[in-house]
Amino acid sequence: MTTKVISARFDLPDSHRIETYVAEGGYNALRKALGGMTPEEVIEEVKRSALRGRGGAGFPTGMKWDFVPKDNPKPKYLVVNADESEPGTFKDRVILERDPHALIEGILLGSYAIGCHQSFIYIRGEYWYLIDILEQAIAEARQRGYLGRDILESGFDLDIVVHPGAGAYICGEETSLLESLEGKRGYPRIKPPFPAVVGLYGCPTAVNNVETLASVPPIILRGGDWYRSLGTGKSGGTRLFAVSGHVRKPGVYELPMGYPLKKLIEQDCGGIRNGKRLKAVIPGGSSAPILTAEEAERATLDFECLAELKSMLGSGAIIVMDEDTDIFKACWRMTEFYEHESCGWCVPCREGTRWMSKIFERIHCGEGRPRDIDLLAELSNNMFGRAHCPLGDASAWAVEPAIRKFRGEFEKYLRPPAKVAAS
Amino acid sequence: MISEKANQQMDQMIARYPVKRSAMIPMLHLVQAEEGYLSEDGIRLIASKLDLTYMDVSNTASFYTMFYRRPMGKYRIQWCRSISCMLCGGDALREHLESRLGILKGQMTPDGRFSLAEVECLGACGRAPMMQINADYYEDLTPAGIDRILESLK
Repeated sequence: MTTKVISARFDLPDSHRIETYVAEGGYNALRKALGGMTPEEVIEEVKRSALRGRGGAGFPTGMKWDFVPKDNPKPKYLVVNADESEPGTFKDRVILERDPHALIEGILLGSYAIGCHQSFIYIRGEYWYLIDILEQAIAEARQRGYLGRDILESGFDLDIVVHPGAGAYICGEETSLLESLEGKRGYPRIKPPFPAVVGLYGCPTAVNNVETLASVPPIILRGGDWYRSLGTGKSGGTRLFAVSGHVRKPGVYELPMGYPLKKLIEQDCGGIRNGKRLKAVIPGGSSAPILTAEEAERATLDFECLAELKSMLGSGAIIVMDEDTDIFKACWRMTEFYEHESCGWCVPCREGTRWMSKIFERIHCGEGRPRDIDLLAELSNNMFGRAHCPLGDASAWAVEPAIRKFRGEFEKYLRPPAKVAAS
Repeated sequence: MISEKANQQMDQMIARYPVKRSAMIPMLHLVQAEEGYLSEDGIRLIASKLDLTYMDVSNTASFYTMFYRRPMGKYRIQWCRSISCMLCGGDALREHLESRLGILKGQMTPDGRFSLAEVECLGACGRAPMMQINADYYEDLTPAGIDRILESLK
């Protein structure tokens, strides 16, 4: 049995209600922090836990909070990124639906740590039904004195506003999210300055993923060392993995960092469905470079191992593909995703994703040219690191490694070279 | 027409933010819920409440795929086309849905009941293929399941 930290309450009846959360020890971490810890001590504990962001980039959470300047006279904001849109990712949705108070307590702790009194939850517009659940949870917390003025008579104030997005993947990128929250088109900003210094309304801002914040209360309650020991030394704790594709039992699994990918697929998820064999795995959402079956055999689910395999843990979304999967078509579909979601601001991404889509299309129609596969790889390489924001990198990562590892799947769409007529 | 109640809700939305322009997306959602789409009147009202121009609001709205400028079906079907749904047979199932509705993606039935759009990942990949109809998620879809759902929405 592995330790359940984030998903411990998921299957309880009325798990979204405050009664359930409090009966399970909820808001005790808040009591502990407000009762006897300084904001610096909260940050220190989170640093010790080796908690890294669960949204995709994997940035150390304690360090992110530490970057928010203490002496800046402007208001400080904590913004929750609930714009879960990375293809394959559906784990924040489970927290929002079944354990919203874990998120609210995490927001309280993070806000206390950085000195924020107004927090926003930016939730993707398609998760409309979750907004009601969140609003209800916030009202419950306010009624019990966990939100509002002078929380638990500590003198600390906090309010939370739930803000819906309106369908734009790019708004999961933190600076686009801030633009969108300011009521503008979701164009990413140039970094630096980072949001920690110049964020929402030009004020210091921490942007954290839902699962990241939901992981904080147990860290404060039981200590950073305890949390860290659940995972590997560098990637602390457990995290939610969203498994989709050709497995018998897809779904959300909470597992310790460093868990073998093979074990997750074969044991937890019941193996590949219909008795098929594994062909490939995308280990961190569609933006993570694809792994071959052989690489998946030896991969462990932590930031370090996947970085060694030149892929990434990303959002923890694991997309499993069986032997019948057409890798060419899968890549094409992912490229179309990035083409659709490119905000259009910078040329490498806007033109690159469109150009790649066109090449995929013509190869698929049998109009492919012998050099097209290399051209796709070349375009990917040219986009990488040259776009305004990470969306351009993600679209390159979805293609180039697939060509390198599964070239035959692309070549089979190229017609055999026409015979040159004898002159 | 934007109702008086919605008009008041807009003012409450504005009051929630330190900078009023932040209320724009929630207000656009509200106009769409009232009118069925983003009407010119709705956009003008938002612009006047936020001290912005019509173009400021219209330009912002056009960035987001959930907003549309013309009426859609009573039941607005959003079909997920992203990778996990595709891997689980989503494309063939979409064709089944299209043949049942007698329309293709991007179209609306002549009686105005259903409109069908293909969209990107809706975050339900563990129960693929899936679609969203208005605010509701329908997951683990099969041909027979789709038929039943359509039947229930007459």
